[in-house]
Amino acid sequence: MIMNDWPLWEVFIRSRSGLEHRHCGSLHAADAKMALENARDVYTRRNEGVSIWVVPSAQITASQPEEQAELFDPAADKAYRHPTFYVLPEEVRHM
Amino acid sequence: MTAAAAPDTRTLADFVIGMADNDLILAQQLGKLCGHGPNLETDIALTNISLDLFGQVRSCFQYAATLLGNGATEDTIAFLRKEHEYRNVLLVEQPSLDFGHIIVRQFLYDVFHHLLLERLQFSADETIAAIARKSIKETAYHVRFSADWLVRLGDGNDESRARAQAALDHLWPYADEWFLPTAVESAAAAAGIGADLPSLREPYQRKVAAVLREATLELPADTHFRKGGKQGIHTEHMGYILAEMQSMQRTYPGMQW
Repeated sequence: MIMNDWPLWEVFIRSRSGLEHRHCGSLHAADAKMALENARDVYTRRNEGVSIWVVPSAQITASQPEEQAELFDPAADKAYRHPTFYVLPEEVRHM
Repeated sequence: MTAAAAPDTRTLADFVIGMADNDLILAQQLGKLCGHGPNLETDIALTNISLDLFGQVRSCFQYAATLLGNGATEDTIAFLRKEHEYRNVLLVEQPSLDFGHIIVRQFLYDVFHHLLLERLQFSADETIAAIARKSIKETAYHVRFSADWLVRLGDGNDESRARAQAALDHLWPYADEWFLPTAVESAAAAAGIGADLPSLREPYQRKVAAVLREATLELPADTHFRKGGKQGIHTEHMGYILAEMQSMQRTYPGMQW
């Protein structure tokens, strides 16, 4: 029952109506082909998707929680960066 | 080709039930593995296949029930027959001894199942053709799954290869019975409803050989093929499968979920 030596993969699914692939979870698989099939079996059983990406988790470079202050806090008080100071014409859609 | 006269309703029902019995027993075997797969991902994959097969069985048994009438339902057909009335091939009732056996059993059946559905898509019976068209996409994935795993096991390490080869040696003698038509299957084939089963043997063996080559596995020599399931003469394993499968309907007749 123990197969901890299989690497971890991150799974991204694009739904029927969605434009982009979204991260939906992770799984173990011996290689990319198995990862795709496992993703199909684990994450698309309820008609969730029309396309799958799998990426080795080890290939993802992530920011560290302890860097949160320097990376993200400075944006907190820059309200002028939000496009809320414009009046959008009625005709402009999908904004 | 001139088709023979359409078979009578009873023959048609028997044909549909016999075809689906393979799926029923294999689905039951796979369902039993739920929670026992070698890992979470493979566990779900096997359960998915089980549910695909049960879905196909339900379509077939619902159709057969309308043909049979007299109060027959998909449940009475699935759960209330006696062992000798089930027409599944012996292969699908063979036990899940290890993952090698599970994959080899699955692969040997999936390849046949897919070839059969390819033919039944064009069945003169519209309901059978519709069921086959819906099922064939599921079964195409089953073949892909079991063939992939067979290659992984066979072309894997010494342990996985030895187990896969042992399973193949054990199960290959059961992989010919489906090409031998019963009277019901011959009648269905003559009417353009069923498939010409012997003609599937050549493409079957070709597909199996191709995957086995990739898996570095070998077919046992001088095989004496086993048969009898389609005549209702089952191996010792069948009784245990039915005892478990039927226990709820036998204990609580007519129960519903």
